[in-house]
Amino acid sequence: MSKQSKAAQRQQKQQKDYQKLVARKRTKIPLFRNIVVAFLVGGFISVVGQALMFLFVHLGYPEEQAGDPTVATLILIASLLTGLGVWDVIGQFAGAGAGVPVTGFANSIVSSALEFKREGLVLGVGARMFQLAGPIIVYGAVTAFVVGVAHAVFR
Amino acid sequence: MPARRKSGRQTVTFSRPVAVVSAACCAGPLEGEGPLRGSFDIVYPDMLNGEKSWEVTERTMLKDAVLCALGKGNLSRDNIDYLLAGDLLNQCISASFAARDLSLPFLGLYGACSTMAESAGLGAMLIDGGFAQYNVAAVSSHYATSERQYRFPTEYGGQRPPYSQYTVTGAGALLLGHGPSFQGLLPRLTHFTAGQVIDLGQKDPFDMGSAMAPAAADTILRHFSDLSLPPDHYDLVLTGDLALVGHSIVEELLYEGNLVLKDRLQDCGLLVFDRTQQNVFAGGSGCGCSAVVLCGHIMELFKQAKLNRLLFVGTGALLSPTTFQQGESIPCVAHAIALELCDDRFVE
Repeated sequence: MSKQSKAAQRQQKQQKDYQKLVARKRTKIPLFRNIVVAFLVGGFISVVGQALMFLFVHLGYPEEQAGDPTVATLILIASLLTGLGVWDVIGQFAGAGAGVPVTGFANSIVSSALEFKREGLVLGVGARMFQLAGPIIVYGAVTAFVVGVAHAVFR
Repeated sequence: MPARRKSGRQTVTFSRPVAVVSAACCAGPLEGEGPLRGSFDIVYPDMLNGEKSWEVTERTMLKDAVLCALGKGNLSRDNIDYLLAGDLLNQCISASFAARDLSLPFLGLYGACSTMAESAGLGAMLIDGGFAQYNVAAVSSHYATSERQYRFPTEYGGQRPPYSQYTVTGAGALLLGHGPSFQGLLPRLTHFTAGQVIDLGQKDPFDMGSAMAPAAADTILRHFSDLSLPPDHYDLVLTGDLALVGHSIVEELLYEGNLVLKDRLQDCGLLVFDRTQQNVFAGGSGCGCSAVVLCGHIMELFKQAKLNRLLFVGTGALLSPTTFQQGESIPCVAHAIALELCDDRFVE
């Protein structure tokens, strides 16, 4: 065996041993706690959404259209809380529970817009606003397209 | 001509230990509420401190630290031969923009969070080599500027893992002077060990402690073997910003290398915050982390003669957002400076 590949092997072994050491020493992510909290907070946000929807139906929106003002209201609340510097605290506490509903999407856009406002309206806010939300939009659209085509073919 | 002042593979021994004439540090609000709150020269009331952006705040901190150190050392800017400074931001803008306002001959350095040790070590080499009489070594970091560069917008609500670290908002400056010009008991730099870049394949940018620990262990072991020192030579071996995870790993790596330091091994990332009371996850990080601890708390210990010999090991993760997005692992470096409370002397 050549000298070089022996050295490479030794390095690989060293790296593997080190991974093991790190896995032992690294503070564990409290997965169970995170899942439970995410479920509860995400559920709570959805309940708030449902309550808002009932409210809008009560105010005279047809049932199939009441979703739009509901989502808009949730976005408004999450954006406001982001601007007030509260949402990152909620996000740290609840993780995916705060991130997965539309509230997380609103937070990703507003936080980016706030962060880069000092770089100006065009190159800052305009260009960077969707740096976190962009992938969601892109792959949301791609997925919708694929599902749409599949739906048309296999109907 | 052989390198006369070189000891072993990576260590230099200064022929006249270089005096730390004065030191100064500034810190942000969270650090100002931490366990070391009494040791900072300036504590800013908020993260912006009235400036128009966080970047401006960071460079103001650096400038304040330098000017404060000069004031404490009773020296004017005309006395200073070189300003060696660095920070975490792209193109080292905090250091160079601060240098613009300070009008000093400027050498910009980048060693990520190891820059305090790197700048002090190089500054001392310049003095011991006869190229300078007074140098200032200074660094800064700011929570918000590094968050936006390395991670996410500050108000983004992502969940950080418990092993992540909190970038210290702070700046520190050491004023170094030619040994013989300062008689009496002073903390003096006796050795400098430049570290090798070590990479054991860690890839998680949230887990810098694990990435940097091997570099820290390598430099510490190298320093002890270069100078053939016993484990109890230093009262304190202080690593820069390994925080909870990295600290316990480096302990184990040193143990494997037959160096047992026990309580003599501490970490600035764990000293600067109270992890039980403050929301900083595994502890502090950033250039400012080791700088505010060294220039504040540690210099006070020297002044009170509670500390005799210190090995200060700055640890830096040399990653950029581009490299980790491209899936590369995190190369790390650690530089060590040895400080001793002693009189001026000639070492041969």
